[in-house]
Amino acid sequence: MTPFDDWIAGAIGGGLIGLASLVLMGLLGRIAGISGVVGSVVEGAREGFGWRAAFVAGLILGPLLYAVIRGGEAVPVRLDVESWPILIAGGLLVGFGTRLGSGCTSGHGVCGLARLSPRSLAAVAVFFAMALVTVFVTRQMLGWGG
Amino acid sequence: MGARRIAAGGFAGLLFGLGLAVSGMMDPARVIGFLDIGRLATDGVWDPTLGFVMGGALLLTLPGFARMRREGRPLLAERFAWPTRRDIDARLVVGAALFGVGWGLVGFCPGPAVSALSSGLQPVFLFAAAMVAGMLLYRLVDRMLGGA
Repeated sequence: MTPFDDWIAGAIGGGLIGLASLVLMGLLGRIAGISGVVGSVVEGAREGFGWRAAFVAGLILGPLLYAVIRGGEAVPVRLDVESWPILIAGGLLVGFGTRLGSGCTSGHGVCGLARLSPRSLAAVAVFFAMALVTVFVTRQMLGWGG
Repeated sequence: MGARRIAAGGFAGLLFGLGLAVSGMMDPARVIGFLDIGRLATDGVWDPTLGFVMGGALLLTLPGFARMRREGRPLLAERFAWPTRRDIDARLVVGAALFGVGWGLVGFCPGPAVSALSSGLQPVFLFAAAMVAGMLLYRLVDRMLGGA
């Protein structure tokens, strides 16, 4: 694949993510925010548990379906950090932070920006800025990942 | 109504997971490739794909949501549950900041972390378990502080 193919695949995949968000709003009237959906499921919230659990199952089945479409070629998942303490710290920060901040890349990013929400715009600016700084410090200054 | 709502959730989740896989965003290496702008200066490499993914999604959600906000109602629910808050408070900013640090550390945000469980890789399960623990920890802290 050339970089250009990667960009096209990105735009098509993004379109599918946007379509999924429209389907969820059009059918159930809900924002497709993954941190909110997953958070509600693991908290065992009674209201809307069924569709949310099904959504999470779909999230996991989607890549398997794509692997079948591609003739059995698995979708790549490459982590440049294998250290357990870093994986755990990263997971804790993502879980705690997205719930405290009421959303992640999907709820604030894809859906919130589309609603022109000032809260989502602020959240997206902050989490992108912090991610850029974190990657600069860890990959450039500390030399993680090779 | 119940079974149709569950099917609708499953269908939307499947589309979302398919989109994450097709776009390459299930792969933390590709996300870090976008966020690691320092490499542009050191060896001239940068992966803009994440920008195309956001663009491709917004191309549909911007006009789609605008239309839904003007009229109609969802097919399987009483009304659209649009978020109503517009204030930028400390919780939003601090939460987004903590999330950003975790995202940059590993390269996973919640959607890809869940979708990547399909790979069966042990580090993904560890990250996802910690993410769930972080969510439950927030719930605990929120309750202790009396909510808001």
